[in-house]
Amino acid sequence: MTSRDAILAAVRANQPTPATPVPAVPLFERTARPLLEAFRETLTSMGGKFAPPLDGADLDALVRSLFPEAVVICSATPEVRGTRTLDAGVEPTALADVDVGVVRAAFGVAETGSVWLSEEELKVNALAYLAQHLVVLLDPTRIVGNLHQAYGDPRFKTARYAVLVTGPSATADIEGVLIHGAQGVRSLTVALVPL
Amino acid sequence: MKPVDHAEASSHFIEATAHLEFHDRRLWDLRLKRDRQAHGIPEWEELRNLASAIKEHTLSHLADYLEEFEARAKSNGAQVHWARDAGEHNQIVYDILSAHGAKTLVKSKSMLTEECDMRAFLQTRNVAVIETDLGERIQQLDDEPPSHIVVPAVHKLRGDVSAVFARTIGSEPGNNDVHYLAEAMRRNTRPYFLAAEAGMTGANFAVAESGSFVVCTNEGNADLSANVPKLHIACIGIEKVIPKIEHLALFIRLLSRSALGSPITQYTSHFRAPRPGTELHIVLVDNGRSQRLGMKDFWYSLKCIRCGACMNTCPVYRRSGGLSYGATYSGPIGIIIDPAFDIRKYSNLPYASTLNGSCTNVCPVKINIHEQIYKWRQVMAARNQLPLVKKEAIRIIGKVMSEPRLYRAAISAAGLAFEHLPRFAIYNWLNPWGRQREVPEPPKQSFRSWYLENRAHQ
Repeated sequence: MTSRDAILAAVRANQPTPATPVPAVPLFERTARPLLEAFRETLTSMGGKFAPPLDGADLDALVRSLFPEAVVICSATPEVRGTRTLDAGVEPTALADVDVGVVRAAFGVAETGSVWLSEEELKVNALAYLAQHLVVLLDPTRIVGNLHQAYGDPRFKTARYAVLVTGPSATADIEGVLIHGAQGVRSLTVALVPL
Repeated sequence: MKPVDHAEASSHFIEATAHLEFHDRRLWDLRLKRDRQAHGIPEWEELRNLASAIKEHTLSHLADYLEEFEARAKSNGAQVHWARDAGEHNQIVYDILSAHGAKTLVKSKSMLTEECDMRAFLQTRNVAVIETDLGERIQQLDDEPPSHIVVPAVHKLRGDVSAVFARTIGSEPGNNDVHYLAEAMRRNTRPYFLAAEAGMTGANFAVAESGSFVVCTNEGNADLSANVPKLHIACIGIEKVIPKIEHLALFIRLLSRSALGSPITQYTSHFRAPRPGTELHIVLVDNGRSQRLGMKDFWYSLKCIRCGACMNTCPVYRRSGGLSYGATYSGPIGIIIDPAFDIRKYSNLPYASTLNGSCTNVCPVKINIHEQIYKWRQVMAARNQLPLVKKEAIRIIGKVMSEPRLYRAAISAAGLAFEHLPRFAIYNWLNPWGRQREVPEPPKQSFRSWYLENRAHQ
């Protein structure tokens, strides 16, 4: 008997009875306050920052003004040119020297302050982790209320890789002291830019 | 093998006063943060009920869901392996690595690989294993197991970490600045991410309908481990499966709020299919789980989502440290899991509890932890695994409690004794309750005599 069959047989023999039904999960929709306001507050509490309003300036200038010292700015969205173009065939390790990565999120989640990214948005997934800093463009009208609504998005079923990113890389593993930039990006800045 | 002596091991932890005080305070702080998050969600209790019901449903249909998960994962392009026990798991991982000529493995935290003692197995076969979670890496470099399932090095102070890093990664000796230490580890780890031929993650949840799995981290180290090397191996316990993607909303809402008191982890990552040109291997591991599923009183522990809330709230855990349990899983959840792995080695663990029920009250999937602890005590007593002193004490207490007259006499004698005995008679080696703490002032009157005076005539 293969291990697979042995495990499944043992599980089947030992499954607790009577079998219980699966409950329906409500969406817990609430309209307590504006989604953008909630999103802003939660993401800020998770260490995320917000770029100043664009006010007609171009996006490249905005990114540059946020990180004046950056040498390599690598953008996964055509809305920002940066200093290096990114296409899906690039080896992840080639992104090791990126100072600032730029990507447009598919949507945001107010409850948790998260932005949704997949290989579609990132082109090379490692961009969101190997870069020192990440700038995320988000359409302020594309914010859902809570995680129940977020998980209703059909792209969870089709993306190879999908991630809810909520602020920068963080750790509190030494004496509970909060550090940003444990292994991934040191900062995450959301620019609210309508599509 | 000799049973683990939790009380003896804790006494060493307690001797280090500064460590003990920090440990107690830090974990209680996590508990308070958890409370603030929980109280901010009006439907919190409903989420717990639903999460519990979904886990119980899944476990009662586990074989079907595992088959569904496997079929979907395969059709997504992942390769699925099955391991009956730790040995088979380690061998499967090693075989995948050697087929790819992989000599370096970067990995994120996984309690399952701790359970399997995988690092030791791979390292004797010349595979360098690099833990990339900061706390887990500290423990690896110090040659200690994690002491907490979420914050593995919570029992260490910054000076301890500084000494470990100075010894192992060449950081500046005596520099105890936490920012400096974290930065030193970032710089030390980065080259491994770039050079490793393989990356490994565990999984917090595996979704049957999509064949995908979810990893929650705050450091982004799982995403680096999985998204940089060309080979991703994910080790997943068979109890991690849930039916649908929509169910993730419940568990993600509960997990980090219960664990750290944050609304979500910084990264909640969903892996469904390998990146083009790379391989994704999933190892589904039993290692005693199918057997536990058949234990009438104890299968509920398989609902656990490994948040650690029960540990943070437990007065015994906070004041004895995870390492004193001598097992992969410590704290209240460890007490009910470990004996299922080795009933003799962990026969003393069910006594490392006050049965105050706080663990059960904070558990996001409503495992009846304190009731299971009590049931394990009954199992141990029936198996004659009790130490003689405890057995005799329990026999006498049982006798006294079963006879109201004896009980009343004992209570009033105890009250008198505390009032009149000199200090040395209460605080001595015979009374462990008098160590490291002041015995509370005995009440002036028992409830029964108060009741007889004030209410009995009404």
